[in-house]
Amino acid sequence: MHLGLVLDMASSGYGDRIAVVANGESMSYEEIARLSWAATERLVASDATSVLYLGSNHLSYPVALFGAAGAGIPFIPLNYRLGAVQLSAQIEAHPGSYVIYEGEPPALGNGMDAVERNQFIAEMRDVSAEPAPEQDTDLTCILLYTSGTTAAPKAAVLRHRHLMSYLFSSVEFAGAEEDDAALVSVPPYHIAGVANLLSNFYAGRRIVYLDRFDPEIWLETVRREQVTQAMVIPTMLSRIVDALDGEQSAQTPSLRALSYGGSRMPLPVLERALSLFPETGFVNAYGLTETSSTIALLGPDDHRDAFSSSDPVLRQRLTSVGQLLPGIDVEVRHEDGSLVEAGEPGLVFLKGDQISGEYAGVSLLDDDGWFPTRDRGWIDADGYLFIEGRADDTIIRGGENIAPAEIEDVLISHDDVVDAVVIGLPDDEWGQRLVAVVVAGESKTIDIEILKELVKTQLRSSKTPEEIHIWDELPRTDTGKILRRNVVADLSGS
Amino acid sequence: MELKPGGQLRSALSTTEVVVVKGSGADVDLRCGGLPMIGKDESASEGTIDEAFAGESLLGKRYVDDDTDTELLCTKPGDGALSIDGRVLGLKGAKPLPSSD
Repeated sequence: MHLGLVLDMASSGYGDRIAVVANGESMSYEEIARLSWAATERLVASDATSVLYLGSNHLSYPVALFGAAGAGIPFIPLNYRLGAVQLSAQIEAHPGSYVIYEGEPPALGNGMDAVERNQFIAEMRDVSAEPAPEQDTDLTCILLYTSGTTAAPKAAVLRHRHLMSYLFSSVEFAGAEEDDAALVSVPPYHIAGVANLLSNFYAGRRIVYLDRFDPEIWLETVRREQVTQAMVIPTMLSRIVDALDGEQSAQTPSLRALSYGGSRMPLPVLERALSLFPETGFVNAYGLTETSSTIALLGPDDHRDAFSSSDPVLRQRLTSVGQLLPGIDVEVRHEDGSLVEAGEPGLVFLKGDQISGEYAGVSLLDDDGWFPTRDRGWIDADGYLFIEGRADDTIIRGGENIAPAEIEDVLISHDDVVDAVVIGLPDDEWGQRLVAVVVAGESKTIDIEILKELVKTQLRSSKTPEEIHIWDELPRTDTGKILRRNVVADLSGS
Repeated sequence: MELKPGGQLRSALSTTEVVVVKGSGADVDLRCGGLPMIGKDESASEGTIDEAFAGESLLGKRYVDDDTDTELLCTKPGDGALSIDGRVLGLKGAKPLPSSD
């Protein structure tokens, strides 16, 4: 099935509902469908090879995405906040593209047309077009650059069939109530932003876009727009929790569901959030760009059961990414490819119709269709998946595999520490030695020896960082992932 | 008619519209309210719903026929029961997943 079908279904099923609200303007499903069909005609007539979208969330985002899908060409949302050099390299990698931008026009490559996003919307309003034709489900629908925390960003290929499989198997069509609203503050070039748009569209839920994330504005918007669901990345939740310092409750009675994902959630932040939003159902969504977003979920009941339990096994579930979605299979393997014993950690492999595992021209799927996520993790007796982090981040000290996340969690659990990263640096004796960088909380002073002692007692001496540095902040991508390679580079140079 | 995934059909008598989620590709007789369903863009005919196939389809619900392994998703609600080769399609019950987006 092709993505254009979602547009047909939404406009015929609930066309007069408001689909998107952004910058004080809104559009119904029917209007978005009409404008998208117009965009398809424009794109086909201009022989564009793909659509580049450079900007924040806006009404033009769904129109450009569905317009490209209808024309059978890839939609490529780029990180418009990237530096000029990196951004123009990504633009030039897609010659013949139709470019939709926010603000000032970017430097363009060969044979490219560019239009400012409000101008684009205005032009599409003047065209009356027929519904877009059906497209081959094997065509590339969306190209998404991965965040590239361990290597240079790569463009993942998501075909119509991958995205439709995700929607049909995990979202209920028209499942939203008439007055549901989803607050979206993840950027349009992130898989969470794409999945968010598609699944809310398919559920018939009004999307409220936040132009720029700010915890106070986020809370205000939830209250004012009577938001019923929201998706955040861990750094956002951490800032929301900080903004509620000293409060008993977030005072957001309309908020039924709060989902999070994109990187690891620090446990203290999650626990604080669960008590500040006592009536809200929390959902942890795990997935990668290459898996068309979510493939495992930790649901609201799992969160509350774990939060109120004193049983360590249940309690630990708060750090789990939950159980797999229907139609997704998982295997945990050793480096040599053999399966681990139940409950042991190893490399996570996934299989299912929504999993692409493909970059421009190269598929990473093996002959049986398994995708190597390069995440390390393990599965408990009840099928809950735990992710320890990227395999590439694993530190090997004296032959022992050490997941930095475990040590980072202990460091962050200390009251004086708000952020922490642990990396491995080359060491003649051990192969790698453990080095931590921590960030102190406001008006807190960090005692390095106390932190070392804490890790030693909670874990063991071989997992205790030999050096602990104190920085003002950690380098992160704007979706909250720590740029470990930058930390390694900084500390290797000194 | 042959039902293939992604195919869009409408009732010849009512507002009902469906999308094929699963279809074996075999030739089946799909009807709504007792009259064969038509392509989404074809126009409705005059007539009334057969009493034996009264009923309705609800927006967003899935309707299944086990014999032919067919699954239809209602994209526009309307009157008239869906049937294949004379058998009225059953409502597929599934607990929706919590929203993750």
